[in-house]
Amino acid sequence: MSRYSVFAVAREAFRNHTGWQRAWRSPEPKRRYDVVIVGAGGHGLATAYYLGKNHGIRNVAVIEKGWLGGGNTGRNTTIIRSNYLQDPSAAIYEKSRALYENLSQDLNYNVMFSPRGVMMLAQTEHEVRGYRRTAQANALQGVETEFITPERVKELCPIIETRGPRYPVLGALWQPRGGTARHDAVAWGYARKCSEMGMDILQRCEVTGVTTEGGRVTGVTTTRGDIGCGKLGIVVAGHSGHLAAMAGFRLPIESVALQALVSEPIKPCMDVVVMANTVHGYMSQSDKGEMVIGGGADGYNNYTQRGSFHHIEETVRALIETFPMISRLKMLRQWGGIVDMTGDRSPILSKTPVEGIFINCGWGTGGFKAIPGSGWGFAELMAKGESPLCAAFGLERFREGRFVDESVAAGVAH
Amino acid sequence: MLTLTCPYCGIPCDETELAAGGEAHLKRFGPGASDAEFEGYMFHRENPKGVHFERWRHAYGCGKWFLAARHTVTMEVFGTYEAQSTEPPQEVRDRITARHPGWTWRDFA
Ligand SMILES: Cc1cc2nc3c(=O)[nH]c(=O)nc-3n(C[C@H](O)[C@H](O)[C@H](O)COP(=O)(O)OP(=O)(O)OC[C@H]3O[C@@H](n4cnc5c(N)ncnc54)[C@H](O)[C@@H]3O)c2cc1C
Ligand SMILES: [Zn+2]
Repeated sequence: MSRYSVFAVAREAFRNHTGWQRAWRSPEPKRRYDVVIVGAGGHGLATAYYLGKNHGIRNVAVIEKGWLGGGNTGRNTTIIRSNYLQDPSAAIYEKSRALYENLSQDLNYNVMFSPRGVMMLAQTEHEVRGYRRTAQANALQGVETEFITPERVKELCPIIETRGPRYPVLGALWQPRGGTARHDAVAWGYARKCSEMGMDILQRCEVTGVTTEGGRVTGVTTTRGDIGCGKLGIVVAGHSGHLAAMAGFRLPIESVALQALVSEPIKPCMDVVVMANTVHGYMSQSDKGEMVIGGGADGYNNYTQRGSFHHIEETVRALIETFPMISRLKMLRQWGGIVDMTGDRSPILSKTPVEGIFINCGWGTGGFKAIPGSGWGFAELMAKGESPLCAAFGLERFREGRFVDESVAAGVAH
Repeated sequence: MLTLTCPYCGIPCDETELAAGGEAHLKRFGPGASDAEFEGYMFHRENPKGVHFERWRHAYGCGKWFLAARHTVTMEVFGTYEAQSTEPPQEVRDRITARHPGWTWRDFA
């Protein structure tokens, strides 16, 4: 596979772009792999990549029922931050954010990481106290965040109405190295590298069953035939419960639709990401000029990838109070993704009751930011049987009452 | 918008009139239960891609809890019934069977 570089662009310009190669192969499934990953979203692909890169395990298949990156990875609003409260969260989210800093170079693929700064508005006294606490915790964890004044908020993002009657801005938690990245590019970049290492990405191949023998996994049945494996990683976000049922265990997960929408493109008006958790909405501006807006999730289980209309209405109504200038904007598109919610709003990176099966899920409304770090940790867990990054996120934490409570940090869906 | 009929008021309600209450027919475990039983009751959920039984409250109406049978992909509603029921009424099961022969949900079929 040829490298992408400025020289490659120049060379191709001279030969009418006839020399670009496919970014990844589309192979036929083999009968057996050392490791099979179900789900070619960001987390599944990153896991495969670090299995190869860090642990030398390359006889790997990533199986995807649709197209790679077509799940939540291609549907999210791309916010990247690591200002969580608990130490284990800070460790994995900050590892992830740090990996994003050099991901384009590492993958030789421009993921357009843009550390433009993420601001979480405090619009009630309660939030002020909460975020001050988070800023202190982050200082101890070595995560660079700061609690800033309303004046500084206005300076960083002039289109915010800081003195609104209902929800005045009382300050904000500011992470200057947070930001956004191009979601598809993250999936594509990892996929290209995996393919280059000789791994098979099997698209349009749905896993329909899990086969076990004496409590140990032996393979999966798929719409493209049976595939054997030594180890199985289930990385399917909203479909985790569905896959777990095939393998014969249950999960503390509920799947709901989460929505986002974008406006018509307008001139640059905001160069930071702003989240307003009290009013349940957040916004950033894409490089194309569209305002990218996200809000709340449905309150009940569903797999519709659509979501309820009234959530859009609530989100937009709330954001107009904080950003009055968007009130005349036309909205272009709306979509939904099925997110996998845990009770403590923290992920699950764990062994399972079936030997050889590992599960990576529960990222819920906020796992895009975690893709590199999660892949790094989960690959280690699958290769070695343990990983310091994943240690606190085992399934047993529910039985043992050791929650990693991030319900405040995860306040709004992102 | 999802519409469910409140079995007490007998009227169709928009979802904005209702509050969702999660999985129905949970069997409660308390003191004396094993860790596994308690964990299952507290945390494990069926979360099916298919037929689901769930709790709802007619929050902006009579205020009472009721149960509903619904498909989580098609959003088809098979019926609603009173919260005091320990299992889904036969007519609701029949309606599900007519649409999805061979369905199961926990111990129900
Ligand atoms: C509207 C929205 C906004 C969001 N905003 C943000 C944000 O701003 N910041 C952030 O950090 N996070 C955000 N998230 C969350 C983030 O998108 C997810 O946590 C993350 O993308 C999950 O990645 P994944 O690889 O685990 O899952 P996915 O990308 O969903 O990948 C799972 C894959 O598994 C496949 N699959 C499922 N079942 C099977 C089967 N039986 N066989 C084969 N393949 C199967 C699916 O087709 C899918 O491609 C948002 C989510 C949504 C929906
Ligand atoms: Zn009623």
